[in-house]
Amino acid sequence: MTRRTTIAVAFDGAGWHPAAWRDPSARPDELFSPGYWIDLAGTAERAGVDFLTIEDALGLQSSVFGAVDDRTDQVRGRLDALLIASLIAPTTSRIGLVPTVTTTHTEPFHVATGLQSLDFASRGRAGWRVQVSGAAHEARHFGRRTFAPLDLEAARRGDSALVRELFDEARDVVEVVRRLWDSWEDDAIIRDAATARFVDRDRLHYADFEGTHFSVKGPSITPRSPQGQPLVTALAHQAIPYELAATSADLVFVTPHDDAQASSILGEVREAESHVGREGRPLSVLADLVVLLEATPALATAALARLDAEHGAPATSDALIFAGTPEALVEQIEAWTDLGYDGVRLRPARLTRDLDQIAEWVLPAFDRSDAAGATLRERLGFERPANRYAVEETAA
Amino acid sequence: MTTTRRQVHLAAHFPGVNNTTVWTDPLQRSQIDFGAFEHFARTAERGRFDYLFLAEGLRLREHKGLIHDLDVVGRPNTLAVLTALAAVTRHIGLVGTLSATFNEPYELARQLATLDHLSNGRAGWNVVTSSDAFHGANFRRGGYLEHADRYTRASEFVSLAKELWDSWSPDAVVADRASGRFLADDAITPFAHRGPQFDVEGRYNVPRSPQGYPVIVQAGDSADGRDFAAEHAEVIFSRHSVFEEAQQFYRDVKGRLAGRGRTEDSLKILPAVTFALGDTEAEAADRAREDALAQVGPKTAITVLEQVWGVDLSDRDPDGPLPEFDPDPDASITKGWAPRYPNAVKIAQDWRARSEAEGLSIRELVISVAGRQSFVGTPGAVAAEIDRYVQERATDGFVIVGTTSPHGLDEFVERVVPELQERGVYRTEYEEGATLRRTLGLPEPTEVAEEVRRVG
Repeated sequence: MTRRTTIAVAFDGAGWHPAAWRDPSARPDELFSPGYWIDLAGTAERAGVDFLTIEDALGLQSSVFGAVDDRTDQVRGRLDALLIASLIAPTTSRIGLVPTVTTTHTEPFHVATGLQSLDFASRGRAGWRVQVSGAAHEARHFGRRTFAPLDLEAARRGDSALVRELFDEARDVVEVVRRLWDSWEDDAIIRDAATARFVDRDRLHYADFEGTHFSVKGPSITPRSPQGQPLVTALAHQAIPYELAATSADLVFVTPHDDAQASSILGEVREAESHVGREGRPLSVLADLVVLLEATPALATAALARLDAEHGAPATSDALIFAGTPEALVEQIEAWTDLGYDGVRLRPARLTRDLDQIAEWVLPAFDRSDAAGATLRERLGFERPANRYAVEETAA
Repeated sequence: MTTTRRQVHLAAHFPGVNNTTVWTDPLQRSQIDFGAFEHFARTAERGRFDYLFLAEGLRLREHKGLIHDLDVVGRPNTLAVLTALAAVTRHIGLVGTLSATFNEPYELARQLATLDHLSNGRAGWNVVTSSDAFHGANFRRGGYLEHADRYTRASEFVSLAKELWDSWSPDAVVADRASGRFLADDAITPFAHRGPQFDVEGRYNVPRSPQGYPVIVQAGDSADGRDFAAEHAEVIFSRHSVFEEAQQFYRDVKGRLAGRGRTEDSLKILPAVTFALGDTEAEAADRAREDALAQVGPKTAITVLEQVWGVDLSDRDPDGPLPEFDPDPDASITKGWAPRYPNAVKIAQDWRARSEAEGLSIRELVISVAGRQSFVGTPGAVAAEIDRYVQERATDGFVIVGTTSPHGLDEFVERVVPELQERGVYRTEYEEGATLRRTLGLPEPTEVAEEVRRVG
């Protein structure tokens, strides 16, 4: 039996190339309008994309890591990703919706209920890309914590105290969010007129989380959602984030630049899993790729060169920038799934044009007929998880 | 000669997690599945309502240390559902309660601006504050806020949010491919705010939304609350639905506007009301009675009494007399409700006097004080009453609260709305492309901002 290849697409502004908004296919004056996002989601869904992600941050985009710039030649400004996903939810019926939601300055309680509500509105297609915010200027937007400018070298070496703190906090946030998601048992609403009880409060549970940065009592205000636990994902580039993913997530996005790296990163992810003592299903691992697709290699190279010229420099990315033909991309995807990857998350360089290319030329190369069910978890082959509190009771 | 009749504004309140919602009714469906919200929103839009309204949950209510299980429990995240509803509606305003205590301005401002963008200008924000540790236990902030600081925080929060919403110029995004300019010069003004509640600075990251600001709604009723309303609110979600009280409230609040350079039309006052309809007055009265009995079951009657007395009264017979002793004014055994009975001793004495004078049992008494439907009658009579309130400046309209989810509004829309339209006091169509602010007949936000600045 061949494994079903997971294909996700990452939405961000006009696309992942900084000059994408200048492409003739772009709709740069509609980036903040509902129709733009609904159209893109419809295209992705019709093509059989398993899920889409939506980027977000608590500050302006910047060409400088961890700081603001004053550039006026790139897309600036973005809408709240969870709410874009909420808008898309009633207009779609199959595609998974995975917004980025930051753990650093936000309220875990609102994060939990927001994602549960997305799960209700999408009838079981919600996910979450967990993200930390280490930027000093973003902390000043909230004024409750002061971060020193991130020491990039220390972060690369994996011994940045701030990075460790942010990811420890993220782990706590995911933990409390997961507890809140389980804080109602599935059958807590009984509507028993005979005893005048709407809920059985024995099937509601306090989260009772106390951590370094916050404590949350619970239960959630929101009943357990269709998936029980929406799918938790994280993008990771090194050991500390791999460990967060291994501890807290169901699926991880990684950024190999070639086959050798693809193998070594997969090994590091598995190592992180054993390091943190992960039990149950291993992480699904998707490779991230920035993709620019044209009919011939020459056309693709020329299109990238044109964008780079408009940008004023070759675009850079944490992920491999793949400019080529759809056939070559399919081969690349197959090479990595052969190494043990579950699939890819494609970041369209030009969101409008490259999403169309992906829909028309890439997805048909993969079998899309065997999605196991209507929820995102089912689509990716995950079980609907048992409720941790109900399990405890059975065991007692 | 014809005079233009004042137009009625209507909002639709999604049935709440209190005993107004009759979950034992066979018509009651899920209060949490998205289909319930979708039906409710489509019904309200079919009824040409100005907006629909969602309250906010911050913690499940507790009574005597246990999660309260007699009423509907469980609701969604306000912002997520409102934004999802933007996709299935075209005209109706989307208004939600969002706490100024348990949110941060930068994040909430961008979420509300997102809702406004994604609904093409239909967002509204009911600003509330909470101060207690009970709700705070679910949040980073905790429950540290002094009661007296609630409106200070709300006011500082809204002012800061407006600074963020104003920080992108209206024509910031030029997106001109040829010149390669995405943003205009000086598109984004950095913000810096230092106050008792917030000390923040930086750059906001959402372009100005269609309305500029969401419509600001406010529900508080204290003198501080009324001042806050006079400064910031564009709609007051009022508790005063009895005609004379409503007129007094209307005069008081609208009277505060002139001192702030605002016109009477820049603030709408909409009290929450329930209704019971019938083909005859007698049938409507019967239905109101049925609703009241369902809303105030024996256990609920005792719960309401316990909320006033502040002690356990579970050994009392709901069909028997009220307690002969007075409440302990400092005792409280209920958590998570808005304070309903600030002067418990006096209320208890009034209730006891009334129950003795009229021979009412505990349950009958609670029904008579708390289970009453606001408008009871034939659709024509209810429409006439609504019209009278508006023409005689007791309100600008109402927030309609149905008793079941999601069908509780259907009958009002099918039977009362046509009567209002017949009377020429209610729209028959929405204006195409109108923002919520325009639907409500409110001035544009730039004018509001100028008014506030002129005073400040």
